[in-house]
Amino acid sequence: MSFLDIRHLQKSFGAHRVVKDFTLGIDKGEFVSFLGPSGCGKTTVLRMVGGFEAPTSGAVSIDGRDVTALPANRRKIGMVFQSYALFPNLTVAENVGFGLKVAGQGKAEIARRVAEMLELIGLPQLGSRYPFQLSGGQQQRVALARALAPRPEVLLLDEPLSALDAKIRVSLRDEIRRIQRDLGITTIFVTHDQEEALSMSDRVVVMHQGVADQIGTPFEIYNRPATRFVAEFVGTLNLIDADLVDAAAGHIRLAGVPVTLDRASPGRAGERISLALRPETVTLGRGGGDIVLPGRIAEVHFLGPVIRVRVSVEGGGSIALDTFNQADRLPPLIGAPVDISMSHRDLLVLAA
Amino acid sequence: MTTITLSLPSARQPRQVLSWFGVAPFFLFALLFLILPTLNIVVGAFRNPQGQVTLENLGKLLSPSILSAFWISIELSLLTAVLGCLFGFLIAAAITLGGLPRPLRNAILTFSGVASNFAGVPLAFAFIATLGRLGFVTMLLRHWFGINLYGSGFNVVSFLGLALTYLYFQIPLMVLIITPALEGLRREWREAAESLGASGAQYWRMVALPVLWPSLLGTLALLFANAFGAVATAIALTGSSLSIAPIVLFAQIRGDVLNDPHLGYAIAFAMIVLTAIANCIYILLRMRAERWLK
Amino acid sequence: MTGRQLWSWLAVALGGLYFLLPLVGMFDFSMRMQRGVYSFQAYRVVLADPQFQQTFGYSVALALLTIILGILLVVPTAYFVRLRFPGLRPAIEFITLLPLVIPPIVIVFGYIRIYNTSSVLPLTGSWWGTNILLLCGYAVLSLPYMYRSVDTGLRTIDIASLTEAAQSLGAGWARILAVVILPNVFVSVLSGAFLTFAIVIGEYVFAALLNVNSFGPYMVWMGGNRAYEPSALAVVAFAITWACMGLIQLFTRFSKFSTARR
Repeated sequence: MSFLDIRHLQKSFGAHRVVKDFTLGIDKGEFVSFLGPSGCGKTTVLRMVGGFEAPTSGAVSIDGRDVTALPANRRKIGMVFQSYALFPNLTVAENVGFGLKVAGQGKAEIARRVAEMLELIGLPQLGSRYPFQLSGGQQQRVALARALAPRPEVLLLDEPLSALDAKIRVSLRDEIRRIQRDLGITTIFVTHDQEEALSMSDRVVVMHQGVADQIGTPFEIYNRPATRFVAEFVGTLNLIDADLVDAAAGHIRLAGVPVTLDRASPGRAGERISLALRPETVTLGRGGGDIVLPGRIAEVHFLGPVIRVRVSVEGGGSIALDTFNQADRLPPLIGAPVDISMSHRDLLVLAA
Repeated sequence: MTTITLSLPSARQPRQVLSWFGVAPFFLFALLFLILPTLNIVVGAFRNPQGQVTLENLGKLLSPSILSAFWISIELSLLTAVLGCLFGFLIAAAITLGGLPRPLRNAILTFSGVASNFAGVPLAFAFIATLGRLGFVTMLLRHWFGINLYGSGFNVVSFLGLALTYLYFQIPLMVLIITPALEGLRREWREAAESLGASGAQYWRMVALPVLWPSLLGTLALLFANAFGAVATAIALTGSSLSIAPIVLFAQIRGDVLNDPHLGYAIAFAMIVLTAIANCIYILLRMRAERWLK
Repeated sequence: MTGRQLWSWLAVALGGLYFLLPLVGMFDFSMRMQRGVYSFQAYRVVLADPQFQQTFGYSVALALLTIILGILLVVPTAYFVRLRFPGLRPAIEFITLLPLVIPPIVIVFGYIRIYNTSSVLPLTGSWWGTNILLLCGYAVLSLPYMYRSVDTGLRTIDIASLTEAAQSLGAGWARILAVVILPNVFVSVLSGAFLTFAIVIGEYVFAALLNVNSFGPYMVWMGGNRAYEPSALAVVAFAITWACMGLIQLFTRFSKFSTARR
């Protein structure tokens, strides 16, 4: 049994089922992200774990004890909100010490722990400030310290970076992960930002319409998306139609070129299937793999470190690909004829 | 050949002058009908009829009858302010945090807008019709419950009756002011407190009430000033049988009772001072409250 | 139903009792003029009273004039302060708050001392002067509400761009204010206007101390001399207050609707 165990969680608001049969086990010290678009139910699952929402059915247990019926204030869970939610009437130190004070700890013990936490988030000098005197990034650090101060068993982060500027978002992301590793605290991180989820997590849960579409490491999620939704939501993607020649043997025809897939394909001969292909797995010119398709450059987008090129393929359709920018080589010209190549191993067959 | 003349906006100097003409009437008006009349009272409070500077007028305020009038006024204003705040807070809390249907909240807010402006003479009539000797509730209590309200010493033309009447505009004013403050209490604060192990009572004691405190105290001051300056309701309800400061001043101005304009100045001055103190407290605390709830 | 909901319903129910009983009482009393039957007799008597017609008509006219004076004073000021003299803001806000701080009875006392028959500007000496003084006094009372609603309205529109656009099309100041700015803050002006109307229509202290026989003093006189008619008057006054607040709500809701669709 996992440290944090979520079993068959359901939640309906009226007739609307927001979460449908959600099951997940999280190990002690693991960092798991819930990734999905808004309204997918990720926050609702988080709030049910935190005790702010009662599940319609299902159970949550932490370290073997069932907490499903326990009110939020007895769950030993730390929570960080998107809007920081610092208490505006308390100083930074009082905010961080709130949980300890509520628990009835002594003044000296509280002061010691608060100093330790402020040190941890790198703001030791700001203890006497009020929240409105802090920047957004600082406020969110303090909120993190406040959540961690009473030594919770589980840390819940509800889109903690969404309200921040891009630069601070990245630095705080690394800091949250560092602190989480140092303390070894079991963490759930809710986000709609795939980059955050992929870069921070041990495992990612991609949620869609109240269901966990796929649970896996960032590597698995990105390279082997289980559903079309996961493939489309995580990263950018080419979707290519192909004709199925022999499903069992994995023979298909891609833009007129015969290709043999690694695995058997679902469907029957003669059907059209969808293949997914990451732009970075396609090479401009030959030498990128066993499949070579002739075409013409249709669009060139200079993005800085990479150049995204869209090529219209002769057999129909178009494929986007990324090449690295090199200072001594000019970007490709629109209209120029090119070959593109790729490996059949990078082609993902998506369930319809 | 055609010449194109580009008409630029008129030069800076004349425009500035024009703008001054836009605001000048306002300042002139305020000077003539607000500042000067008030200054006249303030200065008059420190002058004797011969025009010499004196504290004699203010000294006359210490006469027992005037002192008691001010005292009753302060008691009345304080009582209705405190009760108005208390009951207004309960109603506002009920409609914001109590999980009542949304339309009810809107209806109560609209009604509060009406009731807080339904002061003065008609309000007094409504209370006479309700709690007067032949009033609706008086009769209701006598016929249905056998309670003789007036037999038990109650009279709507009294301190208690006036207080009950004032509450009719004090409570809604509190509801109108405190509802936004209560709605400014963010759900996340409560949830953060809960996740840190706080009980509901601890959340209210350590977070919600401290956050609301400036608004609460500020509204208390505003309600105090509101009740203190109310004249029409009191006159229409009690005639001049209850001697409160504004009624004494009213009688003074009419020249019915005393005929010493400089005592009138002093009474008016004392009223300004009291309401000004209350309002300054209100404004100061309001600014603090807005700093938090932005 | 949770415990919290139960308490909330209780609070609202008790509040409702306190607030509805006087309304019921006032209405009930106003219907009892004829012995034994409910009738609108008190209303008929009141409405037919030439004194009522005269004082009520006077107060309505005065309220409308107050609104016009208020608009003329406040709109240009608020506009120019926002556009040209942001430094004057604190001064204006202080002045417009003063009528809430200084009790009205004190202000009118000051009028009587300054503008009496033996002063430089003996306004209280003539019929016209007294009316003008009362009008100005009511405009003072309405300042806090007028200024605040107009200023809120101006905040929501970009007056600098609107002004420059109008200027580039050749409009002068008066035209800009009347044709461009006023229509854009019309809803805010209206809510200030209705509030002013509700305050002025039954005002007593100013009118009584300036010896003007308007609706307020008429009501007090009735209160001292009649039994049932005052309740009928109170019902009428309550209806007017209600109508004013209702119209404010209606117009603000309407304006939100129109901006949302824009």
